[in-house]
Amino acid sequence: MVEKLTGAARKTLADVWRGSEGALFQVAAILLAFIVGALVLYASGYDPVLAYAAMLKGAFGDMYGIGQTLTQATPIIFTSLAFLISSKAGLFNIGAEGQFLMGAFTSSLVGIYLAGLPWILHIPLALLVGAVAGGAWGLIAAVLKARFNAHEVITTMMLSYVAAYLTGYMVNYPFKAPGWVSQTVKIAPTAELPRILPPTQLSAGIIVALALVAFTAYLLRKTILGFELRAIGLNPSAAESAGISINRGIMMAMFFSGAMAGLGGACEILGVHRRFIEGFSPGYGWDGLAVALVGGLDPVGSLLASILFGALRSGGMIMTRATKVPLDIVIILQALVILFVAAPMFIRSLLKRRRK
Amino acid sequence: MQGITKSFPGVLANDHIDFSVEKGAIHGLLGENGAGKTVLMSILYGLYRPDEGSIAVDGREVRVDSPAHAMRLGIGMVHQHFMLVPSLTVLENITLGREPVMNGFLLDRKRMHRDVKEFCDRYRLDVDLTAPVYTLPVGVQQRVEILKALYRGADALILDEPTAVLTPIEAEELFGAMRALKAEGKTVIFISHKLREVLAICDRITVLKRGRVMDTVAAEAATEESLAQMMVGRKIVYEFQKGDAAGQKPVLTVSGLKALSDRGIPALKGIDLEVNSHEILGLAGVEGNGQTELVEALTGLREAVEGTVVLNGEDITKATPLKRIRMGVAHIPEDRYKRGVVPDFSVMENLIMGGQRDRFAKNSVALDFREASSCSDEMMMSYQIQAPGKNTPLKFLSGGNQQRVVVAREFSRNPKLVVAAQPTRGLDVGATEYVRGKLVEMRDNGVAVLLISADLDEIWALSDRIAVIYEGKIVAVKPVNETTEQEIGLLMAGGRNG
Repeated sequence: MVEKLTGAARKTLADVWRGSEGALFQVAAILLAFIVGALVLYASGYDPVLAYAAMLKGAFGDMYGIGQTLTQATPIIFTSLAFLISSKAGLFNIGAEGQFLMGAFTSSLVGIYLAGLPWILHIPLALLVGAVAGGAWGLIAAVLKARFNAHEVITTMMLSYVAAYLTGYMVNYPFKAPGWVSQTVKIAPTAELPRILPPTQLSAGIIVALALVAFTAYLLRKTILGFELRAIGLNPSAAESAGISINRGIMMAMFFSGAMAGLGGACEILGVHRRFIEGFSPGYGWDGLAVALVGGLDPVGSLLASILFGALRSGGMIMTRATKVPLDIVIILQALVILFVAAPMFIRSLLKRRRK
Repeated sequence: MQGITKSFPGVLANDHIDFSVEKGAIHGLLGENGAGKTVLMSILYGLYRPDEGSIAVDGREVRVDSPAHAMRLGIGMVHQHFMLVPSLTVLENITLGREPVMNGFLLDRKRMHRDVKEFCDRYRLDVDLTAPVYTLPVGVQQRVEILKALYRGADALILDEPTAVLTPIEAEELFGAMRALKAEGKTVIFISHKLREVLAICDRITVLKRGRVMDTVAAEAATEESLAQMMVGRKIVYEFQKGDAAGQKPVLTVSGLKALSDRGIPALKGIDLEVNSHEILGLAGVEGNGQTELVEALTGLREAVEGTVVLNGEDITKATPLKRIRMGVAHIPEDRYKRGVVPDFSVMENLIMGGQRDRFAKNSVALDFREASSCSDEMMMSYQIQAPGKNTPLKFLSGGNQQRVVVAREFSRNPKLVVAAQPTRGLDVGATEYVRGKLVEMRDNGVAVLLISADLDEIWALSDRIAVIYEGKIVAVKPVNETTEQEIGLLMAGGRNG
């Protein structure tokens, strides 16, 4: 009996360890990135302790910092979830940027031209249109894949450029606001997502983002669609044998993926910029890919990794002001985090050595 | 090898094993899956270090640290999964890492070719040296592996379940090569769980069970029954008592079915076939004569170019796989890893596959986890699936238990038609007996069973009628008691009817 019990206890512990190993690995990678980042700072003649302290204080030290961190994190939450859902179905949607832009642009049009609607209709409608537009943009790649076996890495990336130039054209010509900036006019106030932590730019978009984290987790773990998508991602041939249509799965995954990115674009416009400005996205779509990987391809992991990247950005700005450390160190840190997450063999071997 | 002990977390794979092989002999290593055969040989080949025990080669005690070290000691191993570079030619694969060089850096292709050709002739291993490996059938790839080991100077050759992937004819060729090796004074260790083969080819046989040596016997002194009893510890049923087959009616009717292979070549050239309720129809044939395509066409995974598939009076030629599952078509795929399971899914997730929209759906959106959970418990119990739990990833189960998962899933849907392709391939004696018993049980309950197998013994033991497929056509259908193994064998090889 005792034998059995300890056996069971050991097994449970092993399960916990196995489950936490993934998360532990991500944390180790991030810590390592910061250690190497400190060396870079030190080698460049800055005090790494002061710099990190300033960054931490800037990102989480007060309500303003937290608000800015979450503002920066919000769009990346959407785009990382977009990448995550596609990757679960075995698809590599690296075109979240394009889907994000299409969602942003179409929602701005709804915000501008459907003025007069009450906010309770106007906001959801603008969000919905943004999501559908992003989804449709993703669906193009899915159809190309299902029909012509065109690889989604190529098509989604190309479609991102198409989206960037298409929206750029739109705000330079047909929908250009008076003035010299390539942007639309402001959206109607009824379409604005409220700011929830003034004076920061944090908007109700973060609530939509959190809801989407929960939705994604539910979709993947509890629904038939999630089950089918995961089966396709892990073994398409077996999925097909089990009566799952691969083509339908590809379409669904890419639609949901694109819709999530599109919704993120809509939230960014309705909550932060309140108009579509050419080049307003510093590459949130591309960041989403890296952040999803840093988050271990888990919805909650995506949320945490997005907050980390948001904190790097908002804290980095404060750090620059307080310590004269150039903002480039933030980019170096981001790159290091991605590098160490992408080098799992290295981290794993480090972890293993420590265990011995 | 003396007192070899090796444990893995939770498993004692080898428990003080003493094992010795005489030079120039073919030694059989027999045991069920998980008996510790492969582990023991991996220790000899330097892939694992033993926890205890010692190894001696030619009387000298050695420590085998790595496969490279084993090679230097003259020990070569051919694994179940081949380690070849598909895009390189046979010659390049064999000489890889040991290429003869001239002028310091140029490949001496001529010498390469001459050397290897000599090996081929000496051991009666006939291969086209210039063919890229990916174009070759499995049996030939295996020959390349053997040649590779010989080229590296192996005196003792470990063959890990070499016949699991071979057709009967290819297996015969392999045995010929093994005899030639023996005649040249080489030692062969033949790992298998097929009693007949071990008896046919080996000089001495060691039987392992749960990590321990049961006995080592001379082949002449052993019988299939005695070995099976040692291996499993009880008697094995070879003859199945089949129930009454009254009230047969056609369940599956295939007429004029044509389909293309993956490469776009006609693979099915007008198949006519009828499978009745209360019947196991065995489809015999050398692999690659259209069996794979037929199974896929029946289960909706491959488009039919022409002809019809009718199930219980309904034309399902164009029906999707899901529709067919719902109509009662069960499918045991020939390649478990490719078609049958999702290794990274849990046991439970694998068990509910195919039923995710029906039995295990709470509504049109969500899965019914309560039903999935209780059904999984029930299936694991009644199909004796041994796993730490239903949430264990399937890849951690043994091959036999994985197959039980497939069988449990397919059979608990109350199918009308079972399409079972190589249902016992790679399974040990116990699991094979179990799966065959289940097929007979299905038949007795009135299900129509189409059994596709490369194993003639299996066809023979289970079928009511035998159909022979040759080059995409059914060349004969015979009741099992009106034909002979010779006749079927002849038909499989393309011989004339009669």
